[in-house]
Amino acid sequence: MSGTSQSSRSPFLGAYALFAYLFLYFPIVVLIVYSFNGSGVGGFPPSGWTLDWYRQLFADASLWDTVLNSVIVAALAVAIALGLGLPAALALDRAQFPGKALFRRLVLLPLILPGIITGLSLLMLFVGVGMKLSLVTVILGHGTALISVATTEIFAGLQKMDRAQEEASLDLGANHWKTFWRITFPNLRVSLIAAALLIFTLSLDEIAVTFFLIGRDNTLPLEIWSRLRRGITPEINAISTLILLFSIATILIWYRLRTRTQLAGDVQTATALLPSSLEGET
Amino acid sequence: MYSRAYKSAVTIPPLLWVTFFLTAPYAILFCYSFWSVSPLQTIVHNWNLQNYAQLFRNPLYLTVLLRSIRIAGAVTLLALLLGYPLAYYLSFHAAKRKDLLYQLVIIPLWASYLVRGYAWKTILGSDGVLNGFLQYLHITHRPVEFFLYSPFAVILTLTHIYTPFTFLPIYASLEHVPRNLVEASHDLGASPFSTFLRVILPLSLPGILAGATFAFVLTLGDFLAPLLVGGPSGVMISNIVVSLFGAAYNWPLGAAISFCMLLLVVTLLLATERLEKRFTIS
Repeated sequence: MSGTSQSSRSPFLGAYALFAYLFLYFPIVVLIVYSFNGSGVGGFPPSGWTLDWYRQLFADASLWDTVLNSVIVAALAVAIALGLGLPAALALDRAQFPGKALFRRLVLLPLILPGIITGLSLLMLFVGVGMKLSLVTVILGHGTALISVATTEIFAGLQKMDRAQEEASLDLGANHWKTFWRITFPNLRVSLIAAALLIFTLSLDEIAVTFFLIGRDNTLPLEIWSRLRRGITPEINAISTLILLFSIATILIWYRLRTRTQLAGDVQTATALLPSSLEGET
Repeated sequence: MYSRAYKSAVTIPPLLWVTFFLTAPYAILFCYSFWSVSPLQTIVHNWNLQNYAQLFRNPLYLTVLLRSIRIAGAVTLLALLLGYPLAYYLSFHAAKRKDLLYQLVIIPLWASYLVRGYAWKTILGSDGVLNGFLQYLHITHRPVEFFLYSPFAVILTLTHIYTPFTFLPIYASLEHVPRNLVEASHDLGASPFSTFLRVILPLSLPGILAGATFAFVLTLGDFLAPLLVGGPSGVMISNIVVSLFGAAYNWPLGAAISFCMLLLVVTLLLATERLEKRFTIS
């Protein structure tokens, strides 16, 4: 009775869903179209198709320096977030310790907390210990905020894992170290890659936390941000289009990885965002 | 099955990191909120409640806070109105296209915040796409100024950004609605509408709560959209914090506002978690 048999009988709902998709994609389409527009940003209809803005973009050395900065920051943020998110997920899955519930909440807080609070409080910490603001402080900020993402992703992977394999390995005399590398890690490999992709994309786009922790060298989003203050140009449309294509590509790969390894992977993603998702066996 | 050493090895590193980079910064934020700034622009560590008193005395803060809550409320409502029917359509009517349609929602979810904010700026500006379009159709003859730099622009932009966030937990909870309950309701003679109202809607309440919390909290803490598209009449509470940490140089007062926001967010999260548990049947 439910599902397919009803789908033909809901033209209104279908139209509404279409409207929602149009709303979600309209700005994205506008952005892309106007990156090829000869007469600049704005105006209607767009006219005089050109690749000039992309040419200008590729010749803009100072912008590419910031791209390099962003890539360095994102790569190191991935290292920090995975390096701590993996043990955090293992701890939440397997260890009992006093304050575990509080620990879970704290780790996940940056996922939902507005970036301004994470950024400001870290700024105060860095100033307090006498650290100069630079890309290092940005990396520490991104890494810390994104442990939340790594933990949820890896925890979801652990929940799907077959515990019997680990038990067998331990029973057969392998130690914990060997069991981790031979059993746990290979089982989590896809979760780890998926988490890394997501964290890399999020770090590459991050602006709220970065805003407070940046020193002299800009990341790409902050460079775009400061250029926006001087007015909008189609060159920004061009770089935005490239950023967008890059994130769409990584998101789709991430999605495929998740669905391949996890039963009902699509729902898994969603439940990971529910506050109660990391309850496990508290 | 896991040894004490294993549990310590996975627990201690993330615990230390979280203590140093999350707990300590929040504690420092809390301390700052009781300090003050001397006329010589140095931070004085004389503990007092002046900052909090000022928040209640100065009508500016209350006005902006109320505006931020109104904007966050509007965004939450709009995101639910768009996100819920979309999630419902995908879960119950999309049949074979479900997977594709789901991916079409998560692409904008993870795609760059800055890029999407910028796209709305190019659409709403006085020589933007929308004004160009209206003049092209001879509906207006002069650029309409109020599209950009208004609370309306902030609400529109943030609704666009947070609708996929709201969609996700709602979709997850709809996917968990047992289909045999829906069938039973149909078989017992309930109309589709009353099945929705009596069975599906109550069971999806946890998702609605989680989605609404996301939209509300993230909007409340947003300072980028107001700077990008809000103008003076779209200033939100986080913009005041940003200026107190920048040109206005009053970190203690900024810390007091931030701490109130942190408190509000944590309270909301705890309340949502409570309510969610109450509405979840296991």
